Amino acid sequence: MTGVSRRRLFGLAGAGVAVAGVGTGAGYVVGSHGDEAPTVPFHGPHQAGITTPAQDRMHFVAFDVTTTDRAELVALLAEWTRAAERMTAGLEAVEHGAVAGHAEAPPGDTGEALDLSASALTLTIGFGPSLFDGRFGLADRRPPALVDLPHFPADALDPARSGGDLCVQACANDPQVAVHAVRNLARIGFGKVAVRWSQLGFGRTSTTSRSQSTPRNLFGFKDGTNNLKAEDTEELDRHVWAQPGDGPQWMSGGTFLVARRIRMHIETWDRTSLGEQETIVGRTKGSGAPHGGAEEFDRVDLQARGADGELRIAEDSHIRLAAPETHGGARMLRRGYNFTDGSDGLGRLDAGLFFVCFNRDPRTQFIPVQRLLSKKDSMMEYLQHNGSAIFACPPGTQPGGHWGDSLFES
Amino acid sequence: MTTNARTLLPALGAILLAAGCAGQPAGDAPGAITVDASDDACTLSATSAPAGTIRFDITNKGSQVTEFYLYGEGDRIISEVENIGPGLNRQLVAEVPQGGKYTTACKPGMRGDGIRGDFTVTGTAAAQGGAAAQAVTDYKRYVDEQADELKARTTQFIAAVKAGDVAQAKQLYAQARIPWERIEPVAESFGDLDPRMDGREADLEPGQQFTGFHRLEKDLWVTGPQPDTPAIADQLLADVDQLVAQTRTVELTPSGAANGAKELLDEVATGKVTGEEEIFSHTDLWDFKANVDGARQVVTALRPVLTEKDPKLVATLDEKFAAVDALLARYQVGDGYRLYTELTQEQVKELAAAVDALSEPLSKTAGVVAR
Repeated sequence: MTGVSRRRLFGLAGAGVAVAGVGTGAGYVVGSHGDEAPTVPFHGPHQAGITTPAQDRMHFVAFDVTTTDRAELVALLAEWTRAAERMTAGLEAVEHGAVAGHAEAPPGDTGEALDLSASALTLTIGFGPSLFDGRFGLADRRPPALVDLPHFPADALDPARSGGDLCVQACANDPQVAVHAVRNLARIGFGKVAVRWSQLGFGRTSTTSRSQSTPRNLFGFKDGTNNLKAEDTEELDRHVWAQPGDGPQWMSGGTFLVARRIRMHIETWDRTSLGEQETIVGRTKGSGAPHGGAEEFDRVDLQARGADGELRIAEDSHIRLAAPETHGGARMLRRGYNFTDGSDGLGRLDAGLFFVCFNRDPRTQFIPVQRLLSKKDSMMEYLQHNGSAIFACPPGTQPGGHWGDSLFES
Repeated sequence: MTTNARTLLPALGAILLAAGCAGQPAGDAPGAITVDASDDACTLSATSAPAGTIRFDITNKGSQVTEFYLYGEGDRIISEVENIGPGLNRQLVAEVPQGGKYTTACKPGMRGDGIRGDFTVTGTAAAQGGAAAQAVTDYKRYVDEQADELKARTTQFIAAVKAGDVAQAKQLYAQARIPWERIEPVAESFGDLDPRMDGREADLEPGQQFTGFHRLEKDLWVTGPQPDTPAIADQLLADVDQLVAQTRTVELTPSGAANGAKELLDEVATGKVTGEEEIFSHTDLWDFKANVDGARQVVTALRPVLTEKDPKLVATLDEKFAAVDALLARYQVGDGYRLYTELTQEQVKELAAAVDALSEPLSKTAGVVAR
């Protein structure tokens, strides 16, 4: 990314609060520690970590619920919420956590975030379709939009990287802060939940606020140029936030998260000519301008033809197949991250995009878009989807409330 | 085996004294002395306390990062808490067995002598309570019984090995290890004995001789008896004798025993549930069960102490022990268990989750006993 230092980013983001307004509840405020990194308010009408300006790092974790006791699950969600409130405020997971407890007892907080600021940590929870299977009396509360994702062509899904009863997305500008948060939640959950899979991400691959510049994915292209932004409040209501009447009332103000671990065949991509790379994407690599345009934010003109009569943006290019115009205006808020989990034993990077998007209804947004991409997108030659999950993220909490209270208590 | 041999014999005096004090949970700490630390004041809600465990609940109301100290005579630091940021709240738990004159200090900016005040400790802390002493006696009896059982079973096992009866020796191998695995943290406190008796081939340094149970395991399951097999067998039996003798003299503490229980579960988590312990025979589930039983015995002995201080923890432990037992029972075959290699990845993961679920509350017992 160009030109915007961390410090400056925070400044801009701080100003963004006024723009985002009261409605999102997810803007930055400057923390009580003066000039240190800001904290993001935990409570609000919507959960933080969705329209919050995308932080640099993430640790995403999916859990299986191992208890069969509904009350125990609800108690865990309440305990998690208290820890999440504290950690997102830059405090230890519990009071007297890492160093101020009894010398004979294991510390209540694991301690690796002790001298670090909140780093704009956000923690976002979601409930998977399997949570509604009847174990907890939730079968009739499953939102119709929380579908089991269909099999998409070329999927090579690994069950050990897919699914889950619950997820927590931790995003922060410092990876240690995000990992600390997930580690402490997992620890609090031992005996009630078990980690099913988790994914670390770096280098946000989308922009969720106009205060941010457009980052690049591991193919070297700018990613998220035309993403929905926190400032587009009307569009967010139309495409991201579940509205009253959409489904069960408990989801109003919530959203549906789809996560896909997309392995990129980096080495073969790197042996592809620049011209072909740009044709596949539909944009130039340098400026990010769509073909037929000159600047990154120029309008994507899917009808434009060159002097030779050929479409400027190829039929099977990525941006054409993903464009809202191709899908009757369907948009979604993308919030993915690059990942590299070392190499694969064959000397190739195990790297790619951990794609995360938020939808008001994945049946009309993510699913048709992905169906078309997996069938026709020429970029698919360089991609393999090997992890997949969907979760219903409930609305935000109020002080004193807890994660999932609208689901369990109403 | 693990290389960690320290926890059963900790600073004995401190534990004995601490165990005698009826404490409060560190989390909510009613009765703690509150300390309001600001940039120019250090105000305590009380400037004296009875000997024993003294808690200070410090809130930094100033603008600078601060510290809080409790000093004894000659500025000897009894206890301290550093790095309390503005607006933050920290707790300091100090063990002060002796009455006398002490000094407290807040250090705004973490510099200099700080803002000091006199602090008086009255009386002398009571000696170890009856329930804790009884717990140690009960657990010690168990250790002695298991040591005797280890001697008896290992003698049979060694006899089969030396007779060249491989089939019989294989039958007796996992059985002989059961009492060993139940009390292993005690053995680990005797320095060389554990690596000599239970060292794994993968953990040897270059040039180090491979001896003990796992060497015989390899001879029985992989290579067949070797020329030095009888000598290795004799050495193991001699080591068992030494272990039995040493356990008779070992001095245990309630916290030490509780930490030993936690270590038994650590053994399960890092060695058994991964199939690394019994890499040749794959009898890991025998050891797994023995570790769990050994840990439970500690909890049984400590039960009166734990019930008094944290009944909820006892209920949780009972529940989680039962869950692990139920899971293990699924893989029981006769009086033994299925081989580790016969488990699916899914089944192993389920066992690992159950062990984590038990280990987390179990790790809290030492702290509960000590307070």
